[in-house]
Amino acid sequence: MKNTKIRKRSNAPIFWGLFGGGGMLAALFGPMLVFITGLAIPLGLLLPADTMSYAKMLAFAQNILGKGFIFAVIALFMWHAAHRIFHSLHEFGVHAGTGCKLLTYGVAFVSTIVAAVILLGL
Amino acid sequence: MSDTQKIIEIEVLRYNPESDQEPHSQVYKVPFTDDMSVLQGAQYIKDNFDGSLTYRWSCRMAICGSCGMMINGVPKLSCETFLRDYYPNRIRIEAMAHFPIEKDLVVDLSGFMEKLEAIQPYIIPKEPRTLEQGEYIQTPSQFAEFIQYTSCINCTLCYAACPQVGLNPDFIGPAAIALAHRYNMDSRDGGQAQRMELLASEDGVYNCSAVGYCSEVCPKHVDPGNAVNVNKIHAAKDYFLRFLSPKGGSK
Amino acid sequence: MDGWWKKNPHFVEYMIHEGTAVFVAAYALTLLCGLVRLGQGEAAWNAWLEALKSPFSLVAHVVFLAAIAYHAFTWFKLFPLTMPPMVVNGKKVAPEVMVNTGLAAAVAAALALLGFVWRIAA
Ligand code: FES
Repeated sequence: MKNTKIRKRSNAPIFWGLFGGGGMLAALFGPMLVFITGLAIPLGLLLPADTMSYAKMLAFAQNILGKGFIFAVIALFMWHAAHRIFHSLHEFGVHAGTGCKLLTYGVAFVSTIVAAVILLGL
Repeated sequence: MSDTQKIIEIEVLRYNPESDQEPHSQVYKVPFTDDMSVLQGAQYIKDNFDGSLTYRWSCRMAICGSCGMMINGVPKLSCETFLRDYYPNRIRIEAMAHFPIEKDLVVDLSGFMEKLEAIQPYIIPKEPRTLEQGEYIQTPSQFAEFIQYTSCINCTLCYAACPQVGLNPDFIGPAAIALAHRYNMDSRDGGQAQRMELLASEDGVYNCSAVGYCSEVCPKHVDPGNAVNVNKIHAAKDYFLRFLSPKGGSK
Repeated sequence: MDGWWKKNPHFVEYMIHEGTAVFVAAYALTLLCGLVRLGQGEAAWNAWLEALKSPFSLVAHVVFLAAIAYHAFTWFKLFPLTMPPMVVNGKKVAPEVMVNTGLAAAVAAALALLGFVWRIAA
């Protein structure tokens, strides 16, 4: 490191911001969401049997707030995970090639687009 | 020497740049008493076994910051770490991780010095001030904003603790960022924008992945890890709001 | 730097909590599948609900639940490191208070989510 070196501003705030937002969302709602969608509903525990029926879920996904929630959960979870996995790869000695970026941020980006397109089409 | 004299094995990572291709270990059997620090163990070796053993020390009371080493893999000040806490096991001492070794336990700190200089560790006044205006007045709460970060003794244990420093030697690193934060938080200072250029750069705060081990090994409770992470928030604000704010940080 | 993360219990724990990201991504992709199926109509949606009942899916969701709960726990445990100091009445609060505030917020958010799902289901 030389003091005379010209330093580029890092674009990390974008990815770090998405990582932080997703991490917070996952920390607040993640465990309960997994419990509801992955355990309680399939096993018929606690909640009414038709909680996730087609009609109810469609209505939820058509509501503007419902759309926002589904989008935020899927997209932010993905960006959170992408950022962490990208850094872990670097830490394991797999260095920041385009391949690593595609595998992490690329997948998050595609997931975001897919979720947005479907939600807008419902 | 009485029969009850306790003897501890000290394994030292030796390196002489004039004769060695690479560092190698050497084990010494050191008689010790319960009040002896690891630093005193090294001194015993130097006085009795090998006068060429090289290490840094000065105060012997955890205030000068020069005696840092890896002790059984953990960065510690050797003057406040005691042999009795390791006995009867062997103790391994090595030069601090993530720095080039100069000789034996002495590392080359020039990279760290450059980083320290780069963050401009002095008050950059908000506006010129004349003698007639008198001294600066600070309230206790303004003082409390930065006092913790003034405790840093530049021992660089936090650099030896930080895997990101090891992975990217250009990362400005915990202590220098904590010191930048110390001046940024000082009500007399107006250098935030200049320091932001460095903190928000590719060598800056986003190299940190919140491992947090730096703050754990800090012998002075500076909590450099928190200073780094708080500056991620500041740098993100600067990134997104730079077009709105007339002061904006770097380009 | 090879294998650095094995050298110290602190680093091992760090890698484990970073590793939860894999499960966050897997769960988000599961939800994305559900969203795609929802967009394809009722039959597709019901097939997805049926798939969630398979033993494989149930075991996977137990693993997701454990991993994401651990993510949540460590996310708040890192608050004293990652968040600006919390000041109450001009005094910095103790680190444990920050952690407990975060954990309490997570419990409240999870219960609120469960209550909300219950209400729209009933
Ligand atoms: S000799 Fe001064 S800090 Fe250890």
